[in-house]
Amino acid sequence: MITVTINGNRVELQQPMTIRELLETTHVPPNYLAVEINADVVPRENHVVQMVNDGDCVEVVTLVGGG
Amino acid sequence: MSPANAPSPQIVPTSNLPIDPPLQVGGHALASRLIVGTGRYETMEEMRDSIDHSGATCVTVAVRREKLYSPSGQNILDFLDLDRYTLLPNTAGCYNATDAIRAAKLGREILRTLGNPGADWVKLEVLGDCKTLLPDPVETLAACRELVADGFSVLCYTSDDPVIAKRLKDLGAASVMPAGSPIGSGQGLLNQNNLRIILEYLKQDDPDYPVIIDAGVGTASDVSQAFELGADGVLLNTAIAHARDPVLMGSAMKHAAIAGRQAYLAGRIPKRLYGTASSPVEGVISTRPYGAASRSAK
Repeated sequence: MITVTINGNRVELQQPMTIRELLETTHVPPNYLAVEINADVVPRENHVVQMVNDGDCVEVVTLVGGG
Repeated sequence: MSPANAPSPQIVPTSNLPIDPPLQVGGHALASRLIVGTGRYETMEEMRDSIDHSGATCVTVAVRREKLYSPSGQNILDFLDLDRYTLLPNTAGCYNATDAIRAAKLGREILRTLGNPGADWVKLEVLGDCKTLLPDPVETLAACRELVADGFSVLCYTSDDPVIAKRLKDLGAASVMPAGSPIGSGQGLLNQNNLRIILEYLKQDDPDYPVIIDAGVGTASDVSQAFELGADGVLLNTAIAHARDPVLMGSAMKHAAIAGRQAYLAGRIPKRLYGTASSPVEGVISTRPYGAASRSAK
């Protein structure tokens, strides 16, 4: 069991997983999203290899209406 | 010939209007000089239709945390034709350079994976005060410097301060975007003198440098006024989104932009203290009450 912070919320995961595996648990098309781990953007090509590890701070963002 | 059979009158143009070149910002050529925001609409459908009627080809979007586990949530990307619109991601809501830079990079990453041409630019907005939403000039300058170094075309929201505007241009901002008045306030162009000075300073020896009035527009005449001053573009959101009829206001903004821009290109007449008659003085059947002084009228 690992603990990570996703979008400001502490979340427990069964085990370390890749970003892609993490995103697959959501209902959002992955190309609508960008991901940061510990304040660094992880390019989409690396989602299959980049692991989310214990203590990581993950931000998953999308586009919304704005001016 | 009965009226029913009468040929319908045709208006035959006698000359072609000069073609206004597209608004060039960084590597982007925008057919419409109006850039509109996508926020604050009642529904996504209303947003889509209002933008459609505004004629804009570039729309701004914001970067926000995804509500990851809300399957019923709509995504704005399902309501924007990405073949039609160039998206301009913003850093709205950021109050320091570090966060603004992060938001810019996240926006770039989404647009890159979507294949939208907007991936290489950003509307930089670093706020300094929650109540007025005025920009923080120190943080804005710092963020602009770093984003330009990172390869972004930076369209930089700023106040109407000519000195900061000049510094932002010197840092390499692709466009400086002074506010007409506070964001969402609808107060129009409060300090036209400062906007004039910004236009003069930034376009001195560089007439094609794009200056876009961003924020504060309340209604269509504000847009026309901005273009009449010589602005290259206008960016607005709330004036359409919160109008009683946003779709109709979108259309009004489109026409206001065209009217203001054409009036600027056509060249307004100078303001005069006294009246000058449009009808000929010669041959008038009336007499004048005050003698020769008014005979100079033409």
